[in-house]
Amino acid sequence: MAFQIMLNFFIAFIWMFLSSSFSSSSFVIGFMLGMLMIYIMRNFFPGRLYISRVWALVKLTMLFMKELMLANIQVFMVIIKPKLDMRPAIFAMQTELEHDWEITLLSSLITLTPGTIVVHVSDDSKTLYIHAIDIDDVESAVDSIKNSFEKAIMEVSRS
Amino acid sequence: MNVIVLANILIVLTISFGAIFILITAIGLIRLPDVYTRAHAASKSATLGVMSILIGVFLHFWLIEDHFNPRILLGILFLFITGPVGGHVMSRAAYFSGVKTWKGTVKDELKPEYERKVKETSLKIKE
Repeated sequence: MAFQIMLNFFIAFIWMFLSSSFSSSSFVIGFMLGMLMIYIMRNFFPGRLYISRVWALVKLTMLFMKELMLANIQVFMVIIKPKLDMRPAIFAMQTELEHDWEITLLSSLITLTPGTIVVHVSDDSKTLYIHAIDIDDVESAVDSIKNSFEKAIMEVSRS
Repeated sequence: MNVIVLANILIVLTISFGAIFILITAIGLIRLPDVYTRAHAASKSATLGVMSILIGVFLHFWLIEDHFNPRILLGILFLFITGPVGGHVMSRAAYFSGVKTWKGTVKDELKPEYERKVKETSLKIKE
């Protein structure tokens, strides 16, 4: 992936030299052309196009923003409720992610999303222990959220 | 003129949104029963609250005072990275120094792992 980005920059610089105008606008044009060339030549690269990976990252950011807003509304509801009748729980969740940075990212996302906080990551980093503020509506919903986050992170990281 | 009014509305909205969420954090820290549920309030609402106040400040200086300040954007990014890690580290430290969960807690799957770790490292637990 880094190779494709380097190649794209290289093409952009070649374009600047060819048109002999060293401005940011000609750099942008060269970058677009390079993107098009890399897209046409996609079968010659091992691995995925970097553009699709960047797009996956943008989608992950959007998902994260949405979940952050929902999380805050949920905490708001728990706090302003006159009676404290939430049922907190700590539960274990298996994860399929392998790299350390993926697990760090996943646990940061979990911590900032509705009703869940990562308390502990097991030594072999296969299990996350998660504290949920309200187990009733969370536990089933949480699984789907986890799956969507895990899937989105895998979408970014798979080669 | 109209643009300035619109910008002001946006700024006031974001800053008051942030202030409300910081207030919620403070109320949550007082009302919630144990350290883990408090960590929920502190790590989520405080992050979003400070973030939207910073966005409001950024918009004010950009749209009204005509001064683009990227340091505020970097501040938002750093807050995003460090906020959840702080919540995680504090709740983990609390659990491993033996802080009890609230009596309403229905399930605790970390207990076996905790006891195993304690046996392994011969940590002192306070009863």
